[in-house]
Amino acid sequence: MRHLAALGGLLFLALAAFSQAFQPPTEFKSGYTLPATTAPPPRADWLAWMDVGLLALALCLAAWLVLRKRSRVGVLLLTIGSLLYFGFYRHGCVCPVGSVQNVALAIADPGFALPVTVGLFFLLPLLFALVVGRVFCAAVCPLGAAQEVVLLRPIKLPDWLEHALGVLPFVYLGIAVLFAATGSAFLVCKYDPFVLFFRFSGSSVMLTVGIGMLLIATVVSRPYCRFLCPYGALLRLLAPLSRWPVRITPHTCVNCMLCHDACPHGAIHPPTPEEKLPRREGKARLIGLLMLLPALIAASAFLARQASPAFARLHPTVRIAEQVSLHSAGLLPGETNEVMAFEHAAGDAGILYEQARVIQRRFDRYSWYFGGWIGLVIGVKLLALALRRRRTEYEIDQGACLACARCYPSCPVTADGLPEVKQPEGSAR
Amino acid sequence: MADGKATTRRGFLTHALRGLGVLAAGGAAAALARAGEEGTVWQIDPNLCISCDKCATECVVRPSAVKCVHAHALCGYCKLCFGYFESESIPDELAGTGAEFQRCPTDAIQRRFVEDPFYEYRIDEARCIGCALCVRGCTAYGNGSLFLQIRHDRCVNCNECAIAVACPAQAIRRVPADHPYLLKKTEAAE
Repeated sequence: MRHLAALGGLLFLALAAFSQAFQPPTEFKSGYTLPATTAPPPRADWLAWMDVGLLALALCLAAWLVLRKRSRVGVLLLTIGSLLYFGFYRHGCVCPVGSVQNVALAIADPGFALPVTVGLFFLLPLLFALVVGRVFCAAVCPLGAAQEVVLLRPIKLPDWLEHALGVLPFVYLGIAVLFAATGSAFLVCKYDPFVLFFRFSGSSVMLTVGIGMLLIATVVSRPYCRFLCPYGALLRLLAPLSRWPVRITPHTCVNCMLCHDACPHGAIHPPTPEEKLPRREGKARLIGLLMLLPALIAASAFLARQASPAFARLHPTVRIAEQVSLHSAGLLPGETNEVMAFEHAAGDAGILYEQARVIQRRFDRYSWYFGGWIGLVIGVKLLALALRRRRTEYEIDQGACLACARCYPSCPVTADGLPEVKQPEGSAR
Repeated sequence: MADGKATTRRGFLTHALRGLGVLAAGGAAAALARAGEEGTVWQIDPNLCISCDKCATECVVRPSAVKCVHAHALCGYCKLCFGYFESESIPDELAGTGAEFQRCPTDAIQRRFVEDPFYEYRIDEARCIGCALCVRGCTAYGNGSLFLQIRHDRCVNCNECAIAVACPAQAIRRVPADHPYLLKKTEAAE
């Protein structure tokens, strides 16, 4: 604070010196009046609330189209509508995917004000997932929509690849929270592969990534949603709890496999084969994995902690402190902009280094959590693979189901719609 | 899963977890409502700005949402303006106002004679690309009445401002949306 006051004083003195040099004319003989400095206002607040309203409306519409109308065409039309509004008109910002970082930063840093509208963008799709599954992914998310409209000929990925890549969203979520909570960077926004299409501008690197991702999306449906999206990771956890999830046939599955073929997201699992793993062997593997879990978490937390100084370099203050210390040691060839800015502001190097140390300590702490999270994700994935549930018919994996409604027309039992709307609870499983 | 109304262990767990989820979301919403902060926008603190050229190159909007702003009350209305002319080596009799003598690469500063010896300088925002060359000249040799601001009719208010990330002076920060500008003022106004 004292530092700031000193800075302000210096600037004031400098300003005073200059104004003496070029005293602004106080009056003009010709009756000239000073033009006002214009200040066009930012986007009105109520428009942000309208966005929230539209999000809620789109979610309701998506739920109705997926669960009641069971209309693939309707879902696709809504998808295009969302792409146009939330994507091209709103430039893809703020979206629930990126809002994860705002929420993480607001929790970690009470000084960061989270606007209510952004908080609602974060909460609404999660709430809907608890009730009706991932309808947000189906037809509301502009990033998903960008991939949805380019899909030409979906191929099925082999199980092992699907499982391996399926861990990535949780890893990305960890990374996004780590850097957002430390106030370093909003990586999800920075490395959003589609937002540059919405804005018609962006770096050449991200353009390459974006085009590559869209090319992949022509044959692998929704690669970003399934294998990267950090918000999708949250939805994947919540959607299996949904009260009224997507159901293909509520009564009689004839095990025809047609829905399995129609799903481009690998979200419909076939019945398990009759022969089972011997119970004892399965148990031993489970116990082994359970004992491995803490070791995995500890090891990964330790590794992440070792990488903490490298992580911290993404924080601008740490970067500037590094440059200033290099400069004062005479190790920088010239004067960088950062050093110049620091000297221009007459900053105190001691205070800067102390700030950098505080940030480094924060990174040390969060790196533990981050590493632990990665270990937990891998451990739980291994456990989930070891736990084999018996299935007697084709079942939807609600976590992976994007509620795109492609499977409905394929089902010979309910192709013409559900025979009745109210089903006895639980009979679809 | 059992048919009918019988509650299975799995079903019970699902119900309980869903209930917990809704409760947590409700709690979070309540906390949000209590913390109730209204929107913020990005803005440049002109006192920290070192007028590098990052604002012209880093913004996701092309040309940049950052423009030069003129605080006329601070301006000296000089005949020889260092924000307008290329260098201080311009001969005293002012060789002319041709493009080769101007600092601005896009001819975005309009010079107009007011009365002897005063000249008015106005920014044509449609031409300005936010390169800060004029700001550098005006700040180094003049009153500093030219400075950069993020213009909110152009800014798309990204979640993370691409210029703020690249700014070597950390001069860009979030400000309340109802006070979206950090304008330079005269001493009397301060």
